[in-house]
Amino acid sequence: MLKIRNLESGYGKLRVLKKVSLHVDAGEIVTLIGANGAGKTTLLYTIAGMIKATGGDIVLFDKNLRNASPQHIVKLGCSLVPEGRQVFATLSVTDNLILGGYVQYKRDRHYNRQAELAAIYDIFPVLHDRREQLAGTLSGGEQQMLAMGRALMAGPKLIMMDEPSTGLAPLIVKEIFKIIIRLRQAGNTVLLVEQNAKAALGIADRGYVLETGKIILQGPADDLLNNADVQRAYLGRDVDADTATCEI
Amino acid sequence: MSLELFSQYIFAGITYGIIYAIVAIGFNIIYNTTGIINFAQGEFVMLGGMTAISLNHFLPLPLAIISAVLFTMLMGGLIEIVFIRWLQKPSVLRLIIITIGISILSREAALHVWGDSVRALPYFTGNVVSSVDILGASISPQVLWVLAICYCLVIILSLFFKFTPLGREMQACAANRLAATLCGINAKNMVTFSFMLSAAIGAVAGCVVSPITSSQYDMGTGLAIKGFTVAVLGGLGNSMAAVAAGLLLGIIEAFSVGIGFPLAFQDAIAISILLIILFVRPHGLFGNKEAAGLKEF
Repeated sequence: MLKIRNLESGYGKLRVLKKVSLHVDAGEIVTLIGANGAGKTTLLYTIAGMIKATGGDIVLFDKNLRNASPQHIVKLGCSLVPEGRQVFATLSVTDNLILGGYVQYKRDRHYNRQAELAAIYDIFPVLHDRREQLAGTLSGGEQQMLAMGRALMAGPKLIMMDEPSTGLAPLIVKEIFKIIIRLRQAGNTVLLVEQNAKAALGIADRGYVLETGKIILQGPADDLLNNADVQRAYLGRDVDADTATCEI
Repeated sequence: MSLELFSQYIFAGITYGIIYAIVAIGFNIIYNTTGIINFAQGEFVMLGGMTAISLNHFLPLPLAIISAVLFTMLMGGLIEIVFIRWLQKPSVLRLIIITIGISILSREAALHVWGDSVRALPYFTGNVVSSVDILGASISPQVLWVLAICYCLVIILSLFFKFTPLGREMQACAANRLAATLCGINAKNMVTFSFMLSAAIGAVAGCVVSPITSSQYDMGTGLAIKGFTVAVLGGLGNSMAAVAAGLLLGIIEAFSVGIGFPLAFQDAIAISILLIILFVRPHGLFGNKEAAGLKEF
């Protein structure tokens, strides 16, 4: 579905991504983990067309996105849920969702907005309870759900999520991840960027590890979870110490 | 002060106040989508008025006004496309200086086209001396036109922003430009639309006041200062507050003349209020202090 080859990107003279290659197949949850400053957000922004790539290819549904505008990419069916929610704080919850659906509305004037809204409210019942409220007054978890709902309103085939667990209570994080699993069951494809590597690898099919702009490891999520380097660097477990205790 | 005189001043104040408010709303629309103050806003008012006057020589009045508004709207869009759209991530200061340049350029162009003579549109109904008695005050029917048209304009604008897709998209850009782009909204087009919209609004204001205040190539500067004062007084970006602040400034001006302030000081009042507001409440009378603190300008 999404194929990235030797992608290079950055801000001005600063090269952040150095020949990154990855692919996402239809129906998968793929996670990208890495520390702060590894280039995870840059990668998503480059795919979404917010940052222009300086080299390499991004191919979505056999179309090259290298010089496509963000609007065009959303229209093609690839939506990004940005880090930090970024809801339209001064607009109501319903208006936020309706705005997310404008891409579909422009494509087809007869599209059924009410049905789409109902589907979103079905996934996120709490948004239905708050539908008249201004988005800025929602709690962090609700805003995250709203941001996800807004992206879903565009009817994406690939949904990219940038750190959906940031700043949320563990219980809420669990709920958000459950919803991501549900999205996959409903036929969506998810590219998930996370610092919470354990949770992300727990629900993903495959994973990539990004470090200082390069993919250093990739493979099935279970393999990565059991990989000693990943465990030491991202799961906070000192593998050597563990084995040492075992020997005693 | 007798009741007649009182209502006379009130009406004069409301008339000017609503015009200031309309100019301020023009400021706010562009401020909301771009975060800049468009100092050429007053020139849109002038352009609307002057074009309508020229067109009125060979078109009936309503048609002349509509064409003038459409023309100014086009000019607004054109100005944005030529001077602003192609800039990559321009700083706020640079944009503001560009709008000041546009303002000077359009004023000089207007001087070239229309000369420095004072012109005016004819009264929409009646003439200079016709008047209507309301609460003992003699009100020119043009004042009622101004009030009615500006009132409708405010209502239409708020409906536009609330219920039309384009209005919602512009609001989304104002609320969060990054998120708007990620929703597939073309933020650059929204900026162009916001220039067209505020140019059109300015042109309407220019047409309706022209019979009362007359139009001249340099009428824009004064109105822009008043409109800016009102926008800041109400709190930048808040159009309903601008209406309240506009009426407030208009009435203060009218009464200051009424209690014997020399007429020449009328502009000084607006500037003094602007200064006091900037010193004491930079977020405006109705603005939110915390929200203002987060803004760049």
